[in-house]
Amino acid sequence: MSEIKQERVGVYVCHCGSNIAGVVDVVDVANWAAEKLKHQGVVIAREYKFMCSSLGQELIEKDIKELGLTRVVVAACSPHLHEKTFRTAAKNAGLNPYLVELASIREQVSWVHTDKAVATEKSKAVVSGAVSRVIENVPLEELKVPINPNTLVVGGGIAGIQAALEIANAGFHVYLVEREPSIGGHMAQFDKTFPTLDCSACILTPRMVEAGTHPNITLLTWSEVEKVTGFVGNFNVTIRKKARCVKEELCTGCGICEEKCPKKVIDDVFEAGLGYRKAVYTPFAQAVPKYPVIDKANCTYFLKGTCKACEKFCPTGAIDFNQQDELVNVEVGNIILATGYDLFDARRVSNYGYGRLPNVFTSLEFERLSNAAGPTNGNIVLRDGKTTPKSVGIIHCVGSRDKNFNNYCSVICCMQGLKFAHLVHERTGATVYNFYIDMRTAYKAYDEFYQRVLEEGTLFVRGKVAEVTDAGRNEREKGKLIIQVEDTLAGKQRRIPVDMVILSSGLQPRADAKEVGKLFGISCSTDGWFTEKHPKLDPVATMTEGIYIAGCAQGPKDIPSSVAQGAAASARVLDKILQKEVALEPVRASVDQEMCSGCRICNGLCPFNAISFLEDRMVTEINPALCQGCGTCVAACPAGAISGTGFSNEQILAQIDGLLLRNIEPVEA
Amino acid sequence: MTSNGKPKFAMYWAASCGGCEIAVLNIHEKILDVDANFDVVFWPVAMDAKYKDVEAMEDGSILLTLFNGGIRNNENEHLAKLLRQKSKILVAFGSCACEGCIPGLANLSPVGEIVHTAFSTLSTDNPHEIYPRVSFDVPEGELHIPKLEPILRPLDQVVDVDYYMPGCPPESHQIAAVVDLVIKVLRDEAQLPPKGAVIGAGNSTVCDECKRTRNVKFIREFKRIQDIAPVDPTLCLLEQGIPCNGPATRSGCNARCPSAGAQCIGCYGPAEGVVDYGARLITAFSSVVDAREPEEIERILDGIPDPVGQVYRFNLAGSLMKAAKPAWQKA
Repeated sequence: MSEIKQERVGVYVCHCGSNIAGVVDVVDVANWAAEKLKHQGVVIAREYKFMCSSLGQELIEKDIKELGLTRVVVAACSPHLHEKTFRTAAKNAGLNPYLVELASIREQVSWVHTDKAVATEKSKAVVSGAVSRVIENVPLEELKVPINPNTLVVGGGIAGIQAALEIANAGFHVYLVEREPSIGGHMAQFDKTFPTLDCSACILTPRMVEAGTHPNITLLTWSEVEKVTGFVGNFNVTIRKKARCVKEELCTGCGICEEKCPKKVIDDVFEAGLGYRKAVYTPFAQAVPKYPVIDKANCTYFLKGTCKACEKFCPTGAIDFNQQDELVNVEVGNIILATGYDLFDARRVSNYGYGRLPNVFTSLEFERLSNAAGPTNGNIVLRDGKTTPKSVGIIHCVGSRDKNFNNYCSVICCMQGLKFAHLVHERTGATVYNFYIDMRTAYKAYDEFYQRVLEEGTLFVRGKVAEVTDAGRNEREKGKLIIQVEDTLAGKQRRIPVDMVILSSGLQPRADAKEVGKLFGISCSTDGWFTEKHPKLDPVATMTEGIYIAGCAQGPKDIPSSVAQGAAASARVLDKILQKEVALEPVRASVDQEMCSGCRICNGLCPFNAISFLEDRMVTEINPALCQGCGTCVAACPAGAISGTGFSNEQILAQIDGLLLRNIEPVEA
Repeated sequence: MTSNGKPKFAMYWAASCGGCEIAVLNIHEKILDVDANFDVVFWPVAMDAKYKDVEAMEDGSILLTLFNGGIRNNENEHLAKLLRQKSKILVAFGSCACEGCIPGLANLSPVGEIVHTAFSTLSTDNPHEIYPRVSFDVPEGELHIPKLEPILRPLDQVVDVDYYMPGCPPESHQIAAVVDLVIKVLRDEAQLPPKGAVIGAGNSTVCDECKRTRNVKFIREFKRIQDIAPVDPTLCLLEQGIPCNGPATRSGCNARCPSAGAQCIGCYGPAEGVVDYGARLITAFSSVVDAREPEEIERILDGIPDPVGQVYRFNLAGSLMKAAKPAWQKA
């Protein structure tokens, strides 16, 4: 070990109210540090109720100035929470902020232990490690890089549209990427929105048109992001624009191609499998953009080599069967992911009979049934397409709050079920039963809607439905769907025969959410939703700077919440854009070229493409502006030629020695 | 200074194979320079000497001691301490003294198991199950043999070391260069390197001296060299799936093994910037595994049949882990 450097270290132990002090004897820890770590350079050790308070920070600032501290250790919560606070305090007092270390004695000690004596001893070790480490810290300067003012929004549902419009209206350019041929997302499929019963399309389509015609928005539909490189302020994104086989510059959106196309295809995306579309199609009348796409998998020309009806009839010659996928490269400073959700596949709850019993419908199917623009022109009928049901059962929590499927509550299903009940009532006069576990009608005007549906005469049965069957036991049940349920309020089993069953299916993460997360460098929760930076205080940011999330991609939510998140994410992006430059953490890797022998092990590893190999000198180099300090190459370098600032061998080994109390010298008698 | 006025030289072998001694003799006529410039006072493999003669010497009276071998028993330890006391410059000579080397791999087993393996496995004819004892009574009196310590330690875990000279054994041209240097220092023509320095070796890695071409690495399979036919004579061995330790190993041997078509096994020990040799290598190897699925990664890494022997063959005793306290308490 090198000789002990004579630094002047201040140690500050936080009570965090009773969060730490309830389990750790903070006074003992501070006294111990003052005495046992004195030889290491500890000149003052204090404990205080809330170190993060202004008074606590001032205490540190005062000591830095008056005692000439050159290093600071704050034993408090995880660095995630308050590292910045204390670094800023140090900076205010004229000390380089990177000469401050946090010792986590809350998350790593008091919250995970109950034995006070042991917790106190462990806290001492953690503080000792931080003191040994901070002595090896070196002053660092932040790196400033300019921010590209363009933004990428992935997903053209209501959350993505909202985010794109907010940013575009503020005068900055947005690339809005949508996988389907049109923006609009799930909201475009709904008939009415709860609780106001607004026509979903009527309130959505103006926003779609605005997004489609906005001079600051480049719409990239029928497109998917393939590759993302770079970092906050400077992302480079490769987008695959799938071949529409329609020349956008010539197409007028007249719809003749769609009319003349002889091939009918079951539309299992927009019409939820209830209706047909053509092989060349726009998903719905108000689609934005208006250009159709040719579905190559079903188009007769692509399958058999003949037909070309669309090409023949197209008045502007816009059809181009030879069109190829195009890779578009855009540079953006920030990215918002609003990739939405998948509907829970009701087939998985086999006892509810979806897919086997024709008159069991999913919620999305019902949306299309009740939609005036849908396959039945808004007539609520059974699967035969003509019979109006006389009785309807609506089952809540399908696939949600269920250990066999998804543990979480899907948030929207109760209100959705109530909306369905109202629509069935209004349009058919049928008897409606709602089967619920708990009725969750939080938020503005939601419970009033519940009261209204109650007053309309909908019957409510509290209990989880066991089974939907067509095996009738008597005349009354014959030809009906029988809902077997325990009515927990009446305290008895009931069998309720109905004509139609609607499953209020839950929401679940997109099937490819994990891959998409990987692509953008963010993680998913165990349930599969994108993980926010902080569940309470930073719900639209992620752990990767410059990547934001909005809408159902972050977790189940209703339309107002999705819109609010879209707006919130855009506000975060605008904040970044207006700062014009971003200060990057100076934690960076660098190569000692004397020690690098050009083995090239690190060359293929950098997720940010910061590593290049200099053939002429046979050494590797790291671009500090691209490096994000992830440490992958530092760990991989077999020669130990790459080191990461803030995480040098000296710092880490000193911290280990400190944790093991190897730095404690016998106190002189 | 002795009567002939020449500075004193000593060489000792502790737990080692003797290869280091041969390497010294392998410097050919240069050995005459050693004799011409030094008074060889203690070198058990080359000349008769008694420990009590060394004990009788004045402290610090030996100018240069080359100490090879690790510290495995109490005799090794006694001589290490004794020679430290008597020597001005103590050099950990060769891999065993520097980092434990092959004998250090025995640190994976408790002493009892080591003795059992040595005295009763198939290759040993020991029908009466005779095991060595530390002391044994014979009519002439009590006999002693050295007692095994719980683990093998490199020299610097026992005494202060001035210089390290790696290699298994150190290359003869490097030994000759060091001999030349010391003689120059004696004549005031050169200066000694700073204490604790590695001498007789380079500051880079074996790759630096290796002539094979190197590319970005994607490894889909690790293979033993005998399972590859033919080995590409010009391409980086690691890229061919042969676990070559060159990238983490100190330069100085002129990449002898890779030049001869065999992978580097790491006898020159950790390169300058490497704190823990095995940890470095395993992270380096793992980094270039070209697979995403856990099962596939496992399959590829299973291609290294003896991971400890691969990445810690020479460095286990000298690794960051050293030995845990319980290893001492168990014995």
